[in-house]
Amino acid sequence: MSRQGEERELFAPGHRMCAGCAEGIAVRNILKEAGPHTIAAIATGCLEVVSTAYPQTAWEIPVIHAAFENAASVAAGVEVALRELGRKEGVNVMAFAGDGGTFDIGFQALSGMLERGHDVTYVCLDNEAYMNTGIQRCSSTPWGASTTTSPPGSCSKGESQPKKPLAAICAAHDIPYAATATVAYIKDLRCKVRKALDTEGPAFLHVFTPCPTGWRHGSDDSVELSRLAVETGVFVLWEAVDGDICNLKVTYKPKKRKPVAEYLKKQRRFGHLTDEDIQRIQQEVDEKWEKLED
Amino acid sequence: MSSLKITIGAVNTRPGSSREYKTGGWRTMRPQVDVEKCIQCLQCLAYCPDGAISKSENAVQIDLDYCKGCGICAKECPVKAIVMLKEEK
Repeated sequence: MSRQGEERELFAPGHRMCAGCAEGIAVRNILKEAGPHTIAAIATGCLEVVSTAYPQTAWEIPVIHAAFENAASVAAGVEVALRELGRKEGVNVMAFAGDGGTFDIGFQALSGMLERGHDVTYVCLDNEAYMNTGIQRCSSTPWGASTTTSPPGSCSKGESQPKKPLAAICAAHDIPYAATATVAYIKDLRCKVRKALDTEGPAFLHVFTPCPTGWRHGSDDSVELSRLAVETGVFVLWEAVDGDICNLKVTYKPKKRKPVAEYLKKQRRFGHLTDEDIQRIQQEVDEKWEKLED
Repeated sequence: MSSLKITIGAVNTRPGSSREYKTGGWRTMRPQVDVEKCIQCLQCLAYCPDGAISKSENAVQIDLDYCKGCGICAKECPVKAIVMLKEEK
């Protein structure tokens, strides 16, 4: 933290993120770690909409936006071009996308980029639904969450599918580095960004970013919810080197996991869940940790 | 905006130009820093989604041109040196 005051801001204020958006915290800190010699490709999504309202831009580094599905392909193209021109040395190539642009729409391009082994660090900013288009469910939305396309009612508990384990799927591509991080643990986040950038070849970072607008929580609760997600065990901070997903290294293990209700009850998207439903989520989290601790 | 000329490929050559757009007007709550209490740990600076906080000589200062009043700084401050006050005209 001590360096914070002196570092140059590479994601300028004046961007149009909602008040309390955790993506702002994530992008600012990631770019501070990456430094100015970075080129980024961005997918359509919250981040693109709020940061590049023409004729302005919040970015202080070169950024390319092409389409929703191809941030990974564009980044791969930039990386190959730099390599062929002999100008790759000392330049980071990154891709930023939301969960919609990663879990669903951009998955094919991402998988291809990982498989071809481009030296790109791909960052997925996960707010667990299509937030900028009006909170539609995504394959990243957790079970039970209310969204505009998974509304709870007499026949529905909200989202009916579990969350896709995307970071593990990326690690299973046998890439040199994959990790999960979140905004409450900035040191851990920056440390993982550094490792990802220093790794030769593709790296994937799954960054968990609470969304006051879509999750229906107070704008001042974003960091608190990010912390609670980790402390309750709902979101696990881990890293996997060389695709070794059988030996995930958990980088922060809560001493005693808090009950998931503490995390769920702060968000109105889970407001309709009964004690039984919360128990079901608790059980799933417990089972996940049993497997991790095996 | 009708006079706005769009460059080929909508290329934007003005990095950080979002600073022209002041988001401070969105605010309903205004943070106030207690200079005596602040220990300059700079956690608020790291956690501010808008990059509106900077280090001052012996505390931190919040740029009200950009602060949207989300309140994360006040909530995360370990010594409770920031309070949120109702924004009044």
